[in-house]
Amino acid sequence: MIQIKNLSFDYGKRKPVFRNLDLTLTEGNVYGLLGRNGAGKSSLLRNMAGLLFPTSGTCIVNGHNAQDRLPVFLQDLYFLPEEFHTPPVKIKEFVDVYAPFYPNFSRKQFLEYLEEFQLSDNEKFTELSLGQKKKALIGFALSTNTKVLLMDEPTNGLDIPSKSQFRKIIASVATDERIIVISTHQVRDLESLIDPIIILDNSEVLLNATTEEITERLCFKTVSNVTEHDKVLYSEHSLRGFSIVTQNTDNEHSKADLELLFNATLTNQAQIKQLFN
Amino acid sequence: MEFRDNKAIYLQIAEFICERILLKQWAVGDKIPSVRELAVQLEVNPNTVARTVEFLQQKDIIFTKRGMGYFVSDEAIEKATAFKKDDFLQNDLPLFFKNIQLLGIDFEELRGRFGEFQEGK
Repeated sequence: MIQIKNLSFDYGKRKPVFRNLDLTLTEGNVYGLLGRNGAGKSSLLRNMAGLLFPTSGTCIVNGHNAQDRLPVFLQDLYFLPEEFHTPPVKIKEFVDVYAPFYPNFSRKQFLEYLEEFQLSDNEKFTELSLGQKKKALIGFALSTNTKVLLMDEPTNGLDIPSKSQFRKIIASVATDERIIVISTHQVRDLESLIDPIIILDNSEVLLNATTEEITERLCFKTVSNVTEHDKVLYSEHSLRGFSIVTQNTDNEHSKADLELLFNATLTNQAQIKQLFN
Repeated sequence: MEFRDNKAIYLQIAEFICERILLKQWAVGDKIPSVRELAVQLEVNPNTVARTVEFLQQKDIIFTKRGMGYFVSDEAIEKATAFKKDDFLQNDLPLFFKNIQLLGIDFEELRGRFGEFQEGK
């Protein structure tokens, strides 16, 4: 479990990134972390990974304070940053150096992922494209078999077939013992995979809810014209009329459209928070 | 799997499974793929498939043998047909009516075309 309590964080004198943020993440979920540019998605992941320290409050991961960076904590958490550095060595050599830090690392699994991504561990990082490097690191991240897996924009830079492979692989490793957190702007890439959804804005968590909870309370649909003004939380023009988000008063089973949800949440913060509390 | 926009994904997966059963690709008494296998194949969150499986159990379309997985139940064909029919009447038919009204297509024309469709088969 990841328990974030009363967490405040800032980068010096500028406006705080988080103010008294509370968030609890539990095993068996693939969390989708959404937020505008600069909302603090990466900062939150880095606080969870013990790479940044809160100015006040705590971040406890599986019973360990993240900022203590104890080996027992570090060996069971993997953080894949959006921008990364790869040393000028063969993939194989990279694994030889880094895998020993992760007791549950499986080389067999790693080689399977590489094969799926059409890479060989004999290749040098310097000879790979950005997307290929990313795929090698995704494969490594998943092969560490850590209880906590944090990924910052993992699908950025991946080609079309790799995005599908990525979804399949995540579906195969999302077990009941594991917490996976994926921050993304590419919600269309991951729409059917990430659940629950966390939306960050304005130094706080605006929403942390499962798709089931979201569609119980909200209804996503396309209508030719908007009439019931009172119930519409958000609407935007689309090819077939208006895409709208309304309160789900008729017990409808609509599909959560994450882009609409995101826009609705940011434009209607108070109402959304009230609906979900 | 390409998901449509208008319906919860767990229900679309339920339809997918019902179609396999109605097409006899998965026969009565057969074991269906596990939650994880389906999640990987359809590229969805395993929790979503778990919800589908629970839903289909409530509808008596599949049943579980402890520790062995999920199986197609004896009455699956009729229950799956009822589920699909209900869904068609509630969701697809109103849209169809709306379109034929908009385009001024009468029942005679439909009857003729349906005849051609059946012959074509």
